[in-house]
Amino acid sequence: MNNYSNRKFIVGGIFAFVILIFIIRLFNLQIIDDQYKLSAESNSQRRVTQYAARGLIYDRNGELLVYNQAAYDLMIIPRQVKTFDTLDFCYLLGIDKEDLIHRIQKAKKHSWYRSSIFIKQLSSERYAVLQEKLYKFPGFFVQTRTLRKYPHHNAAHTLGYLGEVNDRNIKKDDYYTQGDYIGKNGIENTYEEILRGVKGLKVYWVDVYNRIKGSFHDGKLDRDAIEGQDIKTTLDINLQEYGEKLMQNKKGGIVAIEPKTGEILVKLSSPGYDPEMFVGRAMSKNYRELANNDTLKPLFDRSMMATYPPGSIFKLVNALIALQEGIITPYTRIKCQNGYHAGSFTMGCHPHKSPVDLKESVQISCNAYYAQTFRDILDAPRFNSINESYTNWRRHVTSFGFGEKLGTDLPNELTGFIPTANYYNKVIRTRNWKSLNVVSLAIGQGELSITPLQMANMVACVANRGYYYTPHIVKSIGSNNSIDPKFLKKNKTTIDPSYFEPVIEGMDLVVHGGEGSTGRSSAIKDIRVCGKTGTVQNPHGDDHSVYVAFAPKDDPKIAIVVYVENGVWGARYAAPISGLMIEKYLKGEISENKKYLEKKMLEADLIKEQEIKKVQLKKESSHE
Amino acid sequence: MNRKVSLIKNLDWMTIMLYAILVFLGWINIYAAVYNEDHQSIFDATQRYGKQLMWIGAAIFIAIIILTIESKFYSAFAYPTLILMILLLLAVLTFGVKVNGARSWFELGAIRFQPAEFAKFATNLAIARYLSQHNFKIHRLKSLAVTGLILFTPAVLILMQNDTGSALVYSVFILVLYREGLSGFVLFLALLAAIFFVFTLIYSSFTVSILILIIAAISLKTIGIQTKQIAIATAMLAGSFGTLWLINKGTNFQLGNFSLVVISILLNTIPFLIYTYRQKIKKAALVLLLVIGSLFYTFSVSYIFDTVLESHQQQRINELLGIKSDPYGTGYNVNQSKIAIGSGGFNGKGFLNGTQTKFNFVPEQSTDFIFCTVGEEWGFLGSALVLLLHLSLILRLIYLSERQRSSFSRIYGYGVAAILFFHVAVNVGMTIGLAPVIGIPLPFFSYGGSSLWSFTILLFIFLRLDANRLELLR
Repeated sequence: MNNYSNRKFIVGGIFAFVILIFIIRLFNLQIIDDQYKLSAESNSQRRVTQYAARGLIYDRNGELLVYNQAAYDLMIIPRQVKTFDTLDFCYLLGIDKEDLIHRIQKAKKHSWYRSSIFIKQLSSERYAVLQEKLYKFPGFFVQTRTLRKYPHHNAAHTLGYLGEVNDRNIKKDDYYTQGDYIGKNGIENTYEEILRGVKGLKVYWVDVYNRIKGSFHDGKLDRDAIEGQDIKTTLDINLQEYGEKLMQNKKGGIVAIEPKTGEILVKLSSPGYDPEMFVGRAMSKNYRELANNDTLKPLFDRSMMATYPPGSIFKLVNALIALQEGIITPYTRIKCQNGYHAGSFTMGCHPHKSPVDLKESVQISCNAYYAQTFRDILDAPRFNSINESYTNWRRHVTSFGFGEKLGTDLPNELTGFIPTANYYNKVIRTRNWKSLNVVSLAIGQGELSITPLQMANMVACVANRGYYYTPHIVKSIGSNNSIDPKFLKKNKTTIDPSYFEPVIEGMDLVVHGGEGSTGRSSAIKDIRVCGKTGTVQNPHGDDHSVYVAFAPKDDPKIAIVVYVENGVWGARYAAPISGLMIEKYLKGEISENKKYLEKKMLEADLIKEQEIKKVQLKKESSHE
Repeated sequence: MNRKVSLIKNLDWMTIMLYAILVFLGWINIYAAVYNEDHQSIFDATQRYGKQLMWIGAAIFIAIIILTIESKFYSAFAYPTLILMILLLLAVLTFGVKVNGARSWFELGAIRFQPAEFAKFATNLAIARYLSQHNFKIHRLKSLAVTGLILFTPAVLILMQNDTGSALVYSVFILVLYREGLSGFVLFLALLAAIFFVFTLIYSSFTVSILILIIAAISLKTIGIQTKQIAIATAMLAGSFGTLWLINKGTNFQLGNFSLVVISILLNTIPFLIYTYRQKIKKAALVLLLVIGSLFYTFSVSYIFDTVLESHQQQRINELLGIKSDPYGTGYNVNQSKIAIGSGGFNGKGFLNGTQTKFNFVPEQSTDFIFCTVGEEWGFLGSALVLLLHLSLILRLIYLSERQRSSFSRIYGYGVAAILFFHVAVNVGMTIGLAPVIGIPLPFFSYGGSSLWSFTILLFIFLRLDANRLELLR
């Protein structure tokens, strides 16, 4: 009919060709390319982490030590952010526009699709105001977190703190993701897995405005969060608080243990810090401040990480070893002529009556008595060499928990140092060194180093007459009363129980021996306290003051060590503080006649004193 | 009575069936796209799906009226209809309301009505009427001028309403003209123009000019010019380009490489023709003319792009061609659309289970981007089926057109097929990132009374004409 009738094929062909191209394109988009399916998922799913409430921490009497406080992280998904009233937004959050832009850019850099924290831990007041207006700001939502809160501002070192996980934490345990919190120290750290619980997940459908449209696949992917378990610690927070008060303006540490169980009643390091300082947004600033700018090193836990020479309190151990080895009997008397003299060697002693027996040697802390006894232990004829005899001595020493980690349930415990025979072989450069070479060990000086926790444990051994339970901080977890069985195991020392009595008698005399007794200031009416003072030579300044004690004598309920740096001698600060602590623990309050002592201790400021002394020394040296 | 029976008998029921299927699928997809838990009934007239059902009812009513009108009426009233529509288009420019930046709507109470949609069938009628006249000769200047007037008047008016998409529809009549005898060369030129346009935007003018010269060399070879002569010409061109380049380097003219190519060609044109191609001078001249024309076109492309197109149009083209990508700005719609369709997979997520469309990730999901719902919920199977249904309808229309005795009916039928094709190609092409974002509806699918009625009118006038195909030749 028409000349151009065949052109229907060309026109039809064009139509068919274009549709064919479209179908090929669709095949590519819908079947071959997976990218769009993934994009669709991230478009319309919101994965919301359900943070588990962290377990609470109580003291031994059920007093709440750590609880949770809701905090609100403002989150951002940059892709969903639309134009909004920045002025209003900045006002609501209390930030300026520059900060806002900076934060948005940071979030964009992190991810376009995934949420990241825009502002951490909004206060609940700010959150309350923001919440009502949040709908105006698409792309922003609030995630609830919990922060720690401390009703008592004590025991910071023991409790530890929470911090954001670092790359190492995430690598080690894939439970954690960026932005999670983890226990960084103390109980929070060792009992992390019990306290944290298990975080859950909720997956929602969201629309383009990030509004939740329902549960994803009817909650098939959802997991409920499992709450963390509560922990009851062995701490007595009242005693801890009291101890921290007594130790204010002094450097040092206190550890108190219940001998019958190994439960740590008090563990403090002074100066400490308020655990609240490590909560929330101020944490990193405060941490830097305390770690770098505080010369008193408040973050340093002296109770477990400072290793001091034990000084005279170590004489207790040597007395016990000597009894066990049959070197002395309780009635052995040794002469002291203002010290111990061997050839040209002299170890001085303060003037006191001579000779003294074992009890008296403890009471007046006679150096000569222990120098002689210690040498006798090492030079005992039944040993073929000094190496052999020294190793035997060391075996007795370590049975008190010295020289290695006690294995407590707190992180960062140090071993201390009890030299081995080999150590001396190297240092003295002969295997045939003499007992005189190491005689300072007799009085707890020399190469020995011991943590306050180990000292306290040693006192517990004495109080128990020969054994100890590994000191620990947790009394029970959750609703069941079970704790790690290793804390229920009795660790026996190498000393026969019968040998303890004479030593304990000596310790009794330290407190109740009248004239010349160094621990008189720790005496408590109606309670038999046994103690031992120590003064540790300190080449950098005033000597350190140390005191160990337990009470009551016949049924010990508390074993304590007080270590006061630059406390000059044991009797001056460490002993009265111990006495006050014991009285507080056993009686609940300080009796009237000791109030003056309490006041004196509370007011003593050794830190200032040291500073003044330092300045004076400087002046003097500059005059020379 | 008898007439009625014959009308029913003579109607092409296959087309009606395809129409019905498409309209039905369109309706349930609108339901899925704007599905609202609070209004679950598909008949709820407060929702778009309920309204669409009302529009469908009205469309059926319109279809029946169209079928009852005598077929002669359509050719007789072709011109008055167009004039009426042009008046309406003028009126809407002054009295219309603006929706989405386009002043193309009349508002009568709750009902909105878009004259541009109805200008399509009027123009199609007028074109069919004019092209079927005995004195119409397609290569006569007067005939072309009148054809141009019929097409450009509504197109320009619609363009003035800021509705670029609806205006561009009129370009598809080139296929109708081609069917009626327009030289294939014009179609070829149009294709070439489109290719050069795209190439110039993606690559530099200089690269395109080299491409043009290569095409010219191949063309010269095919019209019978010897390789040796082409080589000489190339050497001359390269020589003058090199000389000019050195001069340009040494002086302060600062001409671009593209200008240098143009000058070289202009310098060489005359010697070219005189010297080399004595016998085939006419064809060679044509090729040269084309080369020069192409170069000027290339030159003007960037000018057109920068000055004539508006910035959002420039951005959409840049996005399509991958020159600049901004998936959260200009490219957001297309990116989300591709995500929605791509996530459908082979057989889709199932009816009402689309997440991307249901949760509003795709904008304009019930109108311009309705194909996303198809792609997401029905997958590759569903979207291919919808495309094939449309293709079947279009090809059926071509088949029907070809069987007309009256050239008026045939031309009109081709017009319907071409208009439908343009809408499908541009709309679907846009959602899958093969065409720039131009807001035109997908026939029978996109929500809206005006567009549904417009396609219904277009189609049923043709069915009415087709039912009378056995009557006298007009």
